[in-house]
Amino acid sequence: MTVPTSASDTAPKPSPGPGSSPGAPQFRAFRPAVPPVSWIVRPRLTALTAALAVGTFLLFCWGLSMGDYPIGFADVVRALFGSGDAGTVLVVEELRLPRALVGLLAGVAFGVSGALFQTMTRNPLASPDMIGLTQGAGTAVVAGIVLGWDGGLGTQTLGLLGALATALIVYALAWRRGATGYRIILVGIGVSWICSSATDYLVAKGGRFQAQAALGWLVGNLNGRTWGEVGPLALALAVLLPVTLVLGRLLRTLQLGDDVAIGLGTRVQPVRLAVLLAGVGLIAFATAAAGPVAFVALAAPQIAQRLAGTAWPPTLAAGLTGALMTLGSDLIARTLIPSTELPVGVVTGVLGAPVLLWLLVRANRAGSGG
Amino acid sequence: MSADPMSTEPKPAGAEPVAGAHQAVATDPDLRAHDVRLAYDNRIVVDGLDLAVPPGRITAIVGANACGKSTLLRALARLLTPREGAVHLDGRALNSLPTRELAQRLGILPQSPVAPEGLTVADLVNRGRSPHQTWWRQWSKADELAVDRALAATGMTDLAERPVDELSGGQRQRAWIAMAVAQGTPVLLLDEPTTYLDLAHQIDVLDLITDLNRRENRTIVMVLHDLNQACRYADHVVAMKSGRIVAEGAPAEVITAETVEDVFDLMCRITPDPVSGTPMVIPMGRHHGTPTTAAVEEDSRA
Repeated sequence: MTVPTSASDTAPKPSPGPGSSPGAPQFRAFRPAVPPVSWIVRPRLTALTAALAVGTFLLFCWGLSMGDYPIGFADVVRALFGSGDAGTVLVVEELRLPRALVGLLAGVAFGVSGALFQTMTRNPLASPDMIGLTQGAGTAVVAGIVLGWDGGLGTQTLGLLGALATALIVYALAWRRGATGYRIILVGIGVSWICSSATDYLVAKGGRFQAQAALGWLVGNLNGRTWGEVGPLALALAVLLPVTLVLGRLLRTLQLGDDVAIGLGTRVQPVRLAVLLAGVGLIAFATAAAGPVAFVALAAPQIAQRLAGTAWPPTLAAGLTGALMTLGSDLIARTLIPSTELPVGVVTGVLGAPVLLWLLVRANRAGSGG
Repeated sequence: MSADPMSTEPKPAGAEPVAGAHQAVATDPDLRAHDVRLAYDNRIVVDGLDLAVPPGRITAIVGANACGKSTLLRALARLLTPREGAVHLDGRALNSLPTRELAQRLGILPQSPVAPEGLTVADLVNRGRSPHQTWWRQWSKADELAVDRALAATGMTDLAERPVDELSGGQRQRAWIAMAVAQGTPVLLLDEPTTYLDLAHQIDVLDLITDLNRRENRTIVMVLHDLNQACRYADHVVAMKSGRIVAEGAPAEVITAETVEDVFDLMCRITPDPVSGTPMVIPMGRHHGTPTTAAVEEDSRA
């Protein structure tokens, strides 16, 4: 991992733009010829997002090239676009692509979902894996495996229902004159423990083979993914990602506290509900496809935020960081012990924690979160 | 919720000052509470209260702790919906106005707001523009101009790139006020804007608020703890006790020894502020002076 330029290195330099005041902002204006459109461009965030996108693509292709039948990098890229010899195309598109796509899409979903929850509650601890959504999805899926409703669509639907039900329970219990961020975390941690206990009970109750299957799923696993798992996840992302990008602007005022946000014209409760639903949808579909992969939703937004030097987790960059973490962990899991494939969730936990700790220590030393 | 209505643009044409008019603000805002009952859960804090905010002036709401002054301010800012009665802005009930449209006309700075760690002053002040922004129009020339002006008016231009949480208490409060200034509302409500500031910074912030009132003709309503500061900086003082308005009017009419004793349960003497000439409250306490002689002196002066 390359060491990013820290905030202190890039001291605010006055932008040479015309008419700029002495304390020129770190951001620049993007105002195309069409009059009503205007955006803020943050050079550091833009560069980071581009770098993350390239990195994700490279890891994605690298993952596709690895396996019992090694394929060259160039051949992988060619096969992705349908050209090359038939055997390679078959191996890449039918056997390896679903796994890589689930890793990519689930990683994006975990990262974005974590960014949404952390911004909404103004607390980095309030990621979906901390407030019980992942655990709720896990309980539902394990119940399905142990009680015998397994199957491709079954797992998807159960995971979704489990996460949604947990979200509703947390929201209902945390609601008191409007659910506040702090209460959501406290209630969520409680609900998360209840779900974990229920899952443990189900695993203990289930037969040996079922318990094995449930445990394998519970650590987060990309082995043997099929197109049946890619489809729903891709559809969910296609719908929910644009929604979250639009919600991002409203989240920026929500981050200042409810009273300030209302004063700035944000309809706090509807926005919060929309963010909650989008975040739950993302986490539910991703968990259903890849299992409750540990730590990505918690760490990816925080890593992206520190790399971008912003005061909030940037949505898109958080998603790409999540994809990078998931794909990278899957690669490590596959190469570490080549004979038995390690579940990806084991690696994300081991790998993600030190990265986050390093960032926290570094931020503390610098005296700020930048 | 993505569809931000375009129709809520601040009126560009008709708002231009009429030739010969002295003030830049065309119409003075009319903010008033009608017979409001304010409550948290089942605890009624304010009942049957009427208040008309004098337009273009600075109003200070004073009173003992838990007298309902902050609650009243929250109701004026639509952060709290009255159980009965209503708050009206220019003749329309606040809860019938879209919150975004309201945010273009009325700004609120809550007590000691907290900025996210690492948020720069420029970013914070830019958030003040959000009632005027849509997702496709997030940094227009008008936004940039308003932010630059707000930074200049609050003396924060040179600190624009600094994170808010690294600033001193006084600078931090200035940054938040800059955000409210950038919002560009004719009415600005502030809940104890001087809390946790040392005396010099309290005066600094109150001077800044006076500037906003005098230069830009903004109507200001603020909750203040310090009676002497309320007398000096406000044109209109509202004294509250247990959810009722005990007295309101010019500081010299409202802040008398009798009112202070009634509202704060505090014996005091009132003398003219040597600097501004407004009433100045000198509390007596149990160990200094005798209540009787003080009352006699007060009587003889009156």
